[in-house]
Amino acid sequence: MVAAAPPIPSSFRGLRSLFGLLVVLLVLAGFWEGYKLLEGSGLPLPIRADDRSMPHLWDILRSIFEPARRGSEESLGWVLTKASLVTFREAVAGFLAGSVIGLGLGLLFVRSPLAERGLMPWVIASQTIPLLAIAPMVVLWAGKYRLPLWIPIAALAAFLSFFPVTVNTIRGLRSPSPTSAELFRSIAASPSQEFRKLRIPAAFPYLFTALKIAAGASVVGTIVGELPSGLPDGLGRQLLTFSYYYSSGPEKLYAAVLFAVLLGLTFVAVVALIERLVIPPARRVAS
Amino acid sequence: MTSAMVSLRGVDKVFSGRKGTSTVALQGINLEIPSGEFVSLLGPSGCGKSTLLRIVGDLLEPTSGAVSVNGKSPARARHDRDYGMVFQQATLLEWRRVLGNVALPLEVTGMAEPERTERARAMLKLVELLEFADHYPWQLSGGMQQRVAIARALTLEPALLLMDEPFGALDEMTRERMQMELMRIWQETQTTVLFVTHSIPEAVFLSTQVVVMSPRPGRVAGIVDIDLPQPRVFETREETKYFDKLVEVREVLRTEDE
Amino acid sequence: MSRALRRYLAPALVFIAVIALWEFFVRAAGIQGFLLPPPSEVVRTVSEEWPVVWSAGLFTLREALGGLLGGTIAGVAVAFAVSRWSTIRLGIQPLAVAAGSAPIIALAPITNQWFGITNPVSKMAVVAVMVFFPIMINMVRGLTDVGGAKVELMSSLAAPDFTTLWKVRLPNSLPYLLSALRVAVALSLIGAVVTEYFGGSRDALGVYISQQAGLTRMAEAWAGIVVATLLGAGLQVLVMGVERALIPWHPSRRPTLA
Repeated sequence: MVAAAPPIPSSFRGLRSLFGLLVVLLVLAGFWEGYKLLEGSGLPLPIRADDRSMPHLWDILRSIFEPARRGSEESLGWVLTKASLVTFREAVAGFLAGSVIGLGLGLLFVRSPLAERGLMPWVIASQTIPLLAIAPMVVLWAGKYRLPLWIPIAALAAFLSFFPVTVNTIRGLRSPSPTSAELFRSIAASPSQEFRKLRIPAAFPYLFTALKIAAGASVVGTIVGELPSGLPDGLGRQLLTFSYYYSSGPEKLYAAVLFAVLLGLTFVAVVALIERLVIPPARRVAS
Repeated sequence: MTSAMVSLRGVDKVFSGRKGTSTVALQGINLEIPSGEFVSLLGPSGCGKSTLLRIVGDLLEPTSGAVSVNGKSPARARHDRDYGMVFQQATLLEWRRVLGNVALPLEVTGMAEPERTERARAMLKLVELLEFADHYPWQLSGGMQQRVAIARALTLEPALLLMDEPFGALDEMTRERMQMELMRIWQETQTTVLFVTHSIPEAVFLSTQVVVMSPRPGRVAGIVDIDLPQPRVFETREETKYFDKLVEVREVLRTEDE
Repeated sequence: MSRALRRYLAPALVFIAVIALWEFFVRAAGIQGFLLPPPSEVVRTVSEEWPVVWSAGLFTLREALGGLLGGTIAGVAVAFAVSRWSTIRLGIQPLAVAAGSAPIIALAPITNQWFGITNPVSKMAVVAVMVFFPIMINMVRGLTDVGGAKVELMSSLAAPDFTTLWKVRLPNSLPYLLSALRVAVALSLIGAVVTEYFGGSRDALGVYISQQAGLTRMAEAWAGIVVATLLGAGLQVLVMGVERALIPWHPSRRPTLA
């Protein structure tokens, strides 16, 4: 209440969060290995602590550099990286499509209150329908119309992405205070001038918050879409394969999960990086 | 000096800001507030009046100097709940009804039912809001909310009432009405009051003494006795003496400006 | 009544139009049923297959609720710790941000190994992790976003920390928790269904949907989705009811002034 601490420069703050994250991860790793130490102690454990159920962390990391399959030259890490790239391409396609649609809908709804009243509840309802659940059907449609499999998968990702972008575009375009809008009117600015000079800049921070959410969501949509589709190259397939062949190498499944998680984080981080370049620090919205 | 409710001697308050800069909010405050008086702290922004109030209330610590409240240290007085505080925002808990808000201090001190409800209702009666006991704060106007806050501040029968610009957020007409309400309540409870304001008419109308403060650094510029007759009523604002006192206080402020 | 009617009229018209167009288009274009069944056929299938689909839905609902319960309890408990000790908050914050960006669904194969593919606990575990972070983040915000004025109020009453927690922070956090719960409830149902795509019990809805789709029985698959939607909507209505009961005082629940 008395003395305010000196403001921390943002780059330093970013480093501190990274450091904090590493510390937490180390603590969690400690818990993991510590839990494993309880194996054979006779205590009833909810999750078995043997090496089959919970491989040692260093075994998991080691497996990344070892061959993915017996007799194959390719390391697991390489296989997973290629799979991640396939999934990433689909996710990006879906993300871009969804964001464009979301932006379009947002602009439409702000310009036309009638469209908003009629369509918005429908848009909201679309999100309550677990349309992600139609992933299995996606395969059939692609097969019937001889579409490459990645298109319906990307469409799933787009479906998950467009809603947050729509909502935040609307919120952002409507965020300027009534007083600011009055200012523009008082200098006889045209509606499109007000839109360009006031509302669109105001919407940027909100837009990027939504884009970060959409990035994460598109990765989820893509991975889920790959499951029933039998797409042989993506991360979803890898997750299924290493589940089936779990007994021959439990670490490999964990490695695949690790890559999936990193893919999601990386995508969001990339969007965050773009946000940092586009929007000066003072204007970013704390998510 | 022994009948002083609040005593401040040589009180300084320094706030250290960023990069080693520091602001002297208060310097060398010497003040005695007799028991039973209504004392206003009056001054422009930055003169440290709110800071001084918070030091008395043990919500801030002085950098140096001696403070005694009701013969004790401020911390002891706060723990003994010797004072009630009314803030600029009513700060009512929006999830409680009016009665529940007034009863809050009684819950904190562990008073049991049914005394607790009886006492809370008695306080609401004092501020003439008993019929709103079951309402939620958002259903009341700003002035009414402040009356609830005042009732809450008085439930523990404190020896000292601290008020930080309680009517600052209200419009002028409501303000004047609230000031008269406050005078009526004060007549009944005879609590010592320390009242922060930046309004000269408000200070003169309400107080028995006005402590004029000036900024940079915050210090006491002068003390004006307001010996207008009690109780203060609507007509008080029309008396010649009232205007004389306004002028007197204004003069003290002006000499500080020069 | 008429205001509510007007609000729902436009989207209702759109809904009817879409359904009608769907029906017409499918029949007119002669699209085979196994691709996109007309709504009439979906409705027929729902009533025919009701016992099977509904019990599958209930099975998955149990998984969703189990995960929701576990994740909420854990989220609230950790939120208490995080809001109390700021060092924990510094650590948890980057983890929460990272977890929000990561595809939690990818944990499903692991939990399947740990608890068994057909064991509902394997799905509950993933749902719990999904739900944990939004609940925890919002609860922390609710416990800490109290506003300095209320904290000062409790301080002026010399209330111990626990009293402030119980009387101020906890009620303040309720709206935050409930708003996170609305999100969590939707996540839990969709999450349970989708985790089953990684493999699950034959009695589960997600398995039903993917199996029916695999057999190109699209009407049945859509029936499964209809049930999932109904369950999700039901849960949302439930949470809104809880909101109405627990936080009638919140601005979002106040009757709008005419």
